[in-house]
Amino acid sequence: MSASSAPAKNKESFTRTIIVAVTLCLVCSIIVSSAAVFLKEKQIKNASLDKKRNILIAANLLTADTDVEKAFSNIEQKFVELSSGKMIELDDPTSFNQRQSAKNLQTSVAIAGENDAARIGRRSKIASVYLVKKNNRLETIILPIHGKGLFSTLYGFIALKADKQTIVGLKFYEQGETPGLGGEVENPNWLALWPGKKLLNNNGQPILKLVKGSAKTEFEVDALSGATMTTRGVQNMIDYWLSEQGFGVFLSKLDLAQFTLVSCSSASCLATRGDA
Amino acid sequence: MAIDKQEFKNVILKPVFDNNPIALQVLGVCSALAVTSKLETALVMCLALTAVTACSNMLISLMRHQIPSSIRIIVQMTVIASLVIVVDQLLKAYAFQTAKQMSVFVGLIITNCIVMGRAEAYAMKNGPVMSFFDGIGNGLGYSVILISVAVIRELFGSGSILGYVILNPIKDGGWYQTNGLLLLPPSAFFIIGLLIWAIRTWKPEQVEETK
Repeated sequence: MSASSAPAKNKESFTRTIIVAVTLCLVCSIIVSSAAVFLKEKQIKNASLDKKRNILIAANLLTADTDVEKAFSNIEQKFVELSSGKMIELDDPTSFNQRQSAKNLQTSVAIAGENDAARIGRRSKIASVYLVKKNNRLETIILPIHGKGLFSTLYGFIALKADKQTIVGLKFYEQGETPGLGGEVENPNWLALWPGKKLLNNNGQPILKLVKGSAKTEFEVDALSGATMTTRGVQNMIDYWLSEQGFGVFLSKLDLAQFTLVSCSSASCLATRGDA
Repeated sequence: MAIDKQEFKNVILKPVFDNNPIALQVLGVCSALAVTSKLETALVMCLALTAVTACSNMLISLMRHQIPSSIRIIVQMTVIASLVIVVDQLLKAYAFQTAKQMSVFVGLIITNCIVMGRAEAYAMKNGPVMSFFDGIGNGLGYSVILISVAVIRELFGSGSILGYVILNPIKDGGWYQTNGLLLLPPSAFFIIGLLIWAIRTWKPEQVEETK
């Protein structure tokens, strides 16, 4: 293809080519980086609002006219060292990212094959949990869970009552399962089957089963029809994250009598941590 | 250069049916499969692609006398990529939920052949104003197909349009048995194929001669 018009020869010269390339790169990089810098604050706000919304949905606290920020002010983020079940303080809680942490060799542990029910390979040593308080009492415990379905890793939150057994709600906020089949894990009608079911038995062992047909007891939830593998993934991820491998130790140590959330200043939080 | 009315009309309307980028040139099909399971994402994709094509066409046309032909493709690519990143950033800041659903496909506008095809075929040879409208026209052509496909897929796949329930599906207690195939990307192939058939029956001059 020939150049279009006028000063044809000159613009094909080597120096000219370099000048055009450098100028273009410079201009474009300025535009791109300024867009990224100026919009960053808004994007971070969006992302955190989205996460908060999902947590509120899991805890059944979000209705159509809820103000997310206001509703979230009753929820406290805590960090748990999963192996010991202790709550710990982080130097920089805002920058904690459990997904990044699970990839980092220093901040994560490999899960041995036979234990890796959720098929995630590694998990972060520290997990963030969310506690809902009402009238200074712990009301709901919200735990992040994730695991493999059929095609994708599903990410969600499961919320438990303070009795550490009964489900308050479940919400998946990221998944790539088959639309219409496994993708129905996001269907509010299916998720509405969960609240009130018993996730753990009296000894803190995960007991809830997803069953084909219709669920008869409070330890059963209907499986997703046409999505055997996704259902199995959900089952495995619950079994894994509520076992001793996951939040089991934390839940068994979480002492409700001591744990009155009187505006958990760092001093009282540290006391809890010492006691645990 | 004066804007010829006829030329203007051609540039805007030709790509819609006579020279449709998807139906006749069969470009940009990848994103047409990916983002059309819901009308909302399809609309955002149409807007994003139209904006990028129009702006990149205009910018490249402005620079066309400066661009050395040896690096012209990479120059076009750089301009397009920068615009796409800006659009992606804007969506993440102002339409977060939709941006999340579209995930990588906004970024993949960079590789959409329509954008680069117009830059190379039109903007390198024509003035900035006409190039801008050529971008709009081709964006419209792309949008017509995308929106048709998305309406069919969302209506018969999920029973709704833009999230509003039209055919109440059985799984929500209604009567309509949703067609799961339509929610999967391959269904867009069938629909686009049928649309091409329809357009070529209506306008037989688009049919390629058999060799």
